[in-house]
Amino acid sequence: MKALLEVSGISVSFDGFRAINNLSFSIGPAELRAVIGPNGAGKTTFMDIVTGKTRPDEGRVLWGEKSVNLLRMNEAQIARAGIGRKFQRPTVFEDQSVTENLMMALKAARAPWKVLVWRPCPADHARVAALAAQVGLADSLTRKSGELSHGQKQWLEIGMLLAQEPRLLLVDEPAAGMTLAEREQTTALLVDLAKTRAVVVVEHDMDFVRRLNCRVTVLHEGSVLAEGSLDHVTADRQVIEVYLGR
Amino acid sequence: MKPGFLAKNPSVLAFLALLALFTLAVTLLSTAYGAEIVSTSMVKTLGKTLCLCLIAIAMDLVWGYTGILSLGHFAFFGLGGYMIGMWLMVARTREIVLASAAGVLPMTLQELSDAIATQIFGVVGSSELPAIWHFAGSLPMQLIFVVLVPGLLAFLFGWLAFRSRVTGVYLSILTQAMTLALSLYLFQNDSGLRGNNGLSGLQNIPGLAADQDHLSVWFLWASAVALGLGYLLASFVTSGKFGSVMRGIRDDEARVRFLGYSVESYKLFVFTLTAVIAAIAGALYYPQAGIINPAEMAPIASIYLAVWVAIGGRGRLYGAVMGAAFVSLVSTWFTGGRAPDLTLGIYTVKWVDWWQVLLGLSFVLVTLFAPKGLSGLVDLLAGLRTPWRGGTPLGPDDGSLREEEAVE
Repeated sequence: MKALLEVSGISVSFDGFRAINNLSFSIGPAELRAVIGPNGAGKTTFMDIVTGKTRPDEGRVLWGEKSVNLLRMNEAQIARAGIGRKFQRPTVFEDQSVTENLMMALKAARAPWKVLVWRPCPADHARVAALAAQVGLADSLTRKSGELSHGQKQWLEIGMLLAQEPRLLLVDEPAAGMTLAEREQTTALLVDLAKTRAVVVVEHDMDFVRRLNCRVTVLHEGSVLAEGSLDHVTADRQVIEVYLGR
Repeated sequence: MKPGFLAKNPSVLAFLALLALFTLAVTLLSTAYGAEIVSTSMVKTLGKTLCLCLIAIAMDLVWGYTGILSLGHFAFFGLGGYMIGMWLMVARTREIVLASAAGVLPMTLQELSDAIATQIFGVVGSSELPAIWHFAGSLPMQLIFVVLVPGLLAFLFGWLAFRSRVTGVYLSILTQAMTLALSLYLFQNDSGLRGNNGLSGLQNIPGLAADQDHLSVWFLWASAVALGLGYLLASFVTSGKFGSVMRGIRDDEARVRFLGYSVESYKLFVFTLTAVIAAIAGALYYPQAGIINPAEMAPIASIYLAVWVAIGGRGRLYGAVMGAAFVSLVSTWFTGGRAPDLTLGIYTVKWVDWWQVLLGLSFVLVTLFAPKGLSGLVDLLAGLRTPWRGGTPLGPDDGSLREEEAVE
């Protein structure tokens, strides 16, 4: 199986601090992967590099069947190529309604002149309604997203991510600030999504990772420390030393 | 299921109706066409105010909706004025030269053009038409330049600035530097636009026998039509997904990028579009003002523009129009010397001197206490108010249940 995303030998340093050190990572087209690691291990920087927010000093990031070099693309191009990202802090457009938020995320042409004349057709409205139902916001379509509760904003952001129809989802601490029931819902959704696309979850919470029941990559000081099933990595002596044993 | 454009933008119909009523009323009260109650100079002031409302809409699009605080849009306004002013001067001077040469031997084309150049550029000690005046004799060409020159300047400036991801206050400073540089350049006599003399006599429209009384009303109508069309265009741009993206860029541009929208292209599009709207407003303004000089492009003019939009209410098209109309008319009244002095015992407040202080103060007060500006009054009239929900929030966000609601 050919990898969907292949990161090889990337390094990046900020003011002399090596945030990512010769990191290599690859993920298949329909795979769920959890990335764990202590604070400062480079989890978020890794996501920043893949989504184009940060440029690495060296290494390559290849994407898709044609092995496109993502480092030559900007954030918007990478997003259009099919990489969606969910931030740790829910970032929705609070001044706009749930419908507007979802419409904006809906997969469609992104060029200004096309967006200018774009008007939603009934199919788009149906799609937005379906997405809202999927994330439990069917009753809130006309509400301003700023009024939503923290958990609902998280869900709206997940809905927006789904609307983009990405082939790879990068999800940063999805369970932060969620109740136990919401966590279970989130786990189910992520597992379900990973059947058709690649999902990378960055998470601190071990219980959450255990529920995902997937391959785990442990990062430490900017490079991969261990990889395998959760039981495998938690049994690793090095991992226990730097992370779990603390 | 699919509400029409007007149904989704109820303000458009109300705005257009009010604008038409206003223009009609002024016409019926004007010296030329009616009751002779509104003087011609007042008609001109009102016509100019409509042009200022149009550039305020442009400013609202770029600042209120997209969050780019441009402090240079009067550069485009002025450039538009200069472009139309060049034709007005040349065509008018040609009429004068031909009239004064009537009865003598007919002039050759060269003689005619020399005479025009001497007439126009004598004031800066030159007798040649600079190269940029090459097309000044042709109205269609200068009308194209009204759109093209400011549009290109905005495009180039925006392309350089946005591509380097200059944002926030740095971008504001850059735009201010641009308008300052342009006005300083035009102040020079050899810039080819008559230096600090500027272009004058623009109120006379060549080829029209009408007097100022009639002309002023015609320009009022032209300005009203331009404002109406500008309002329609702006509501079209802001109503759909494009408007969502604009507001998204204002609130969180990084997030918009991760949705796959190229933020830089959108900013460039909006910046250039609004520069063109500003230029058209300028091209209608200066024939009514009669004179344009580089001082019009000084940074202070663009700062005033921001003040109008802020006082009127950002992020709403009619707010920008209200702000521009209200502040510029009140400012005309105060600085025109007609406002009665305020006697405070030992000190007499002369409004000509104190108006700026009053304006500055109201700007600060509006920013602090009424962020919706004047357009917040419309909400009051419509009975729209943020509901008082009482108590403190029970959750981490504004949206969570509050104490009093939870009781019910």
